Amino acid sequence: MRLEYFQLIDRIVALSIADQTIRAEACVPTASTIFEGHFPGHPLMPGVLLIEAMAQTSGWLLIAITKFTRMPFFAAVKEAKLRSFVTPGQQLALSSKLVHEGSGFAMTMADARCDGKVVCNAEITFRLVEFPNPEFRASMEKMAKTLEFPIEAIAHG
Amino acid sequence: MTDPGNTLSSVAAASSASPTFNTVAGIISETCDIPRETIKPESHAINDLGIDSLDFLDIAFAIDKAFGIKMPLEQWTQEVNDGKATTDQYFQLNNLCTRIDELVAAKGA
Repeated sequence: MRLEYFQLIDRIVALSIADQTIRAEACVPTASTIFEGHFPGHPLMPGVLLIEAMAQTSGWLLIAITKFTRMPFFAAVKEAKLRSFVTPGQQLALSSKLVHEGSGFAMTMADARCDGKVVCNAEITFRLVEFPNPEFRASMEKMAKTLEFPIEAIAHG
Repeated sequence: MTDPGNTLSSVAAASSASPTFNTVAGIISETCDIPRETIKPESHAINDLGIDSLDFLDIAFAIDKAFGIKMPLEQWTQEVNDGKATTDQYFQLNNLCTRIDELVAAKGA
């Protein structure tokens, strides 16, 4: 995770277009100014950032399903549950599954686990729109490489 | 006190409405917490019922699932933005239901 760049996941570890699922991993940093305020003497990964991590995981799934023709924008979150504390240094295993791909929108169900135990889950809605400009798309393609996004899964999907 | 004449006419309207309309009205009522009796075939989802585009995504999801279709919202929005169609053509419920019936028929064809 690079919290200062709002990069909430480190690596995409599995992607299946056929199953419409994705898995990603992320390590909560051991130090961040965020933990100085959230909370003094009791550092916790903010729940809203866990939701963002699930949204980013889902977003890469949707980019894969739409073969880089649409950019997913976070539009709604339902039934978000923050089931236990997540602390600096913990490793998160994130997963997401497509619930529905509509025209111009999609919904996913995502969760994050620590040591096999679900720490949060939510249903997330995205608007799917064409990339606003080529530079934006290029930056997402660059990010995809950083995250080891399996581009070949799209080609064969 | 309810005017019996109105009650009878609304019952008549409901019974004469298409099954598609009844399903769609039920979805809208449940999704957006709008009293079912205020939803009429001539209601415009946006102008009359006040449904915004984000709430409409939940409705679209439920309609897609209920009818096994994918409403082409991107295409409809584009046509409206380009001035090639009016929102009435897609978002007035009787018209919306006609579009849904066409999509269901096309799926079976």
